[in-house]
Amino acid sequence: MDTNRRHILQALSAAGAATAVGVPLDLRAAAPLTVGVLYVGPRDDFGYNQAQAQAAAAMKKLPNVKVIEEEKVPETVAVQKSMEAMINQDKAALIFATSFGYFDPHMLKIAEKYPKVRFEHCGGLWTSGKHPLNTGSYFGYIDGAQYVAGVVAGGMSKTKKLGFIAAKPIPQVLRNINAFTMGARSVDPSITTRVIFTGDWSLPVKEAEATNSLVDQGVDVVTCHVDGPKVVIETAEKRGIMSSGYHASQAALAPKGYLTGAEWDWSTPYKQLIGGAMDDKPMVNFLRGGLAEGFVKMSAYGPSVTAAARKPADEALAQLKAGKFVIFKGPLKDNKGGTMIAAGTALEMTNIELEKMNYLVEGVIGTIPS
Amino acid sequence: MNLASARTSALRFVGALAVGLLLFGVFVAAIGKSPFEVYATIFEGGFASSFAWQNTLLRAAPLVLTGLAVAIPAQAGLMVIGAEGALVLGGLATAALAAHLPGPALVVQLLALVAGVTSGGVWLGLTGWLRARRGLNETICSLLLSYIAIAIFNHLVEGALRDPASLNKPSTVPINDALMIGNLPGADVHWGLAIGVVCAVLAQIVLSRTTWGFALRVTGGNTRVAKMAGLSVTALLVAACAAGGAAAGLAGGIEVMAVHGAANASLIAGYGYAGILVAFLARQQPLACVPVAVLLGGIAAAGSLLQRRLDLPDATTLVLQGTLFLCILAADSFPARRFGLRRKVPAESTVAAASTISSLAPEPAAAPVAVTPPRHDVARPVASPTLVQPAA
Repeated sequence: MDTNRRHILQALSAAGAATAVGVPLDLRAAAPLTVGVLYVGPRDDFGYNQAQAQAAAAMKKLPNVKVIEEEKVPETVAVQKSMEAMINQDKAALIFATSFGYFDPHMLKIAEKYPKVRFEHCGGLWTSGKHPLNTGSYFGYIDGAQYVAGVVAGGMSKTKKLGFIAAKPIPQVLRNINAFTMGARSVDPSITTRVIFTGDWSLPVKEAEATNSLVDQGVDVVTCHVDGPKVVIETAEKRGIMSSGYHASQAALAPKGYLTGAEWDWSTPYKQLIGGAMDDKPMVNFLRGGLAEGFVKMSAYGPSVTAAARKPADEALAQLKAGKFVIFKGPLKDNKGGTMIAAGTALEMTNIELEKMNYLVEGVIGTIPS
Repeated sequence: MNLASARTSALRFVGALAVGLLLFGVFVAAIGKSPFEVYATIFEGGFASSFAWQNTLLRAAPLVLTGLAVAIPAQAGLMVIGAEGALVLGGLATAALAAHLPGPALVVQLLALVAGVTSGGVWLGLTGWLRARRGLNETICSLLLSYIAIAIFNHLVEGALRDPASLNKPSTVPINDALMIGNLPGADVHWGLAIGVVCAVLAQIVLSRTTWGFALRVTGGNTRVAKMAGLSVTALLVAACAAGGAAAGLAGGIEVMAVHGAANASLIAGYGYAGILVAFLARQQPLACVPVAVLLGGIAAAGSLLQRRLDLPDATTLVLQGTLFLCILAADSFPARRFGLRRKVPAESTVAAASTISSLAPEPAAAPVAVTPPRHDVARPVASPTLVQPAA
């Protein structure tokens, strides 16, 4: 009898405590929050996946948060089942699906099946009314960081020829090529950027060949937009030219030639989204930020960057951080002479029009394969 | 394959699995994890619950068909490894047709899948033709054709067939939801698995119970003998490759209509290459592709849990897979009688008979053949007799 009463009292007080903070009983019992993170490639790729994994590692230090990870998950039923397994086998309540191809149909399908679990996707265009409310997308405006990297490259280049190795001519990539080129040309309008499209996100051999080819053409600073910039940066260093990184810091791979780089800082949105889940706040379905919000950052300057090159870069960075500078504004010409943005029009980085970019700006040598 | 040899194969398979798991346990212990915890996790992840089984089966579904894509040409003595190309082209054809064809759902679904089957069949059929008529090595030829197929796929998906609304992920126009292939009743596994199993059963029957299947296997045993027997070797080789390609094309079509809803780069997921592994472990026997695909699916599902529970890197799964498969393949050469697996030499099947003929074949290019084949029919002076039929 006595133990019985004690049990009832315990149960009652537990229920009282739970309702007092307005959390349903079952969620209360589920603490700590289990967060599942899925990567399309290896976590140590010196690139896209590493940038995400670094944020996940930072999240492991948060109190009451358990992070489970899975790498090299292809964009097939594998990712659907891995997400479901995280929910069923590990009781994950928040999922970070970090590869672009995870969104449609994979994440959307699983999200409909598990309406109580939060699904966050990196880079997708979450649309109100079209996508489930327990899904959301987060992304960073990294073109700002590419612009600053371009300013540094422009200040350091002697041959006035820059190189850009890109995977596919999709809007996100074109935006980076253009911003990088415009940054460099803000220092010296005679600078040109030679662009090579490899055709896919991870083709190390082609990336190395492209880098060598650019060096042979007289390029003395190279950057890229591929999943793992490792090969590009290493090849540039071997050939004795300068390089600018992408996704994560590749400074360790090129101690001599690494100038700076455009890096993601996913710990900012991760922290915010995990906090929201823990406090059971409504989902933020569309989360974006740039340099000012701390979603992207610059790699620390490499030892070879001169004070003269740093000055305009620091200024551009400060202006971008303060929100006083718009990169894509008219008059803006593409590399075929057509006017892409009319004089007097300025497209803020949040402008959805920029997500449809399909041109290369003046100063870029290269064509978009049709 | 008679009952006794099937039993021997099964025993060998299970024994090899046990040895493989044991070796993997040693590896795990060497990196400081408890092997027993790892075994428990593998079991839990791949096979312990109905969720785990559905996880395993769903991952296995495309592998049955890509396994057939390798196993069927192998019966004709051809080592075709380009199923990936046939798969993506099949997926592309299915996606292009399903998105634009009007009509009742079932008809459109069928026609779209037929388009996938046809494209895959034509693509690998090309390999068979080049092998039979121009003497190209079919292994290299199919691999190179696979690269070309993927390039064509990318070119069309990023160009002519691109849905303008697919901004950062070039894709074809999405298929209407009503046309998507659903799940098997009461399970979270799509119909593709059932289709794959049916194809495997059909292929096994055709190969082991029909004249055509026998002709194919005789060709696989020795091309010259087949020619002397009056078989149309060219047609058989092309048909074997085309059948394999059709299976891969079907796999691509099902991926599009059951999973992706459009054709895009996510379709190039390596299922075609995984099929090579499936076929080899299945000893090129169509029906055996089913359990092997399930094993592969289970390893993938288990690997997923190993990563999450024990923080092991993805490479651990590859080590597990590699260890298991090496053990299974090595078990093949184990003398069965010594381990009491066979009481006496069993009556071998026709496959063995074909192999016997091949071993009796004359020296290449030396002996003149009684029936002189038309010149254009022989690519090389004599087809290499090293293409010996894998043992049943």
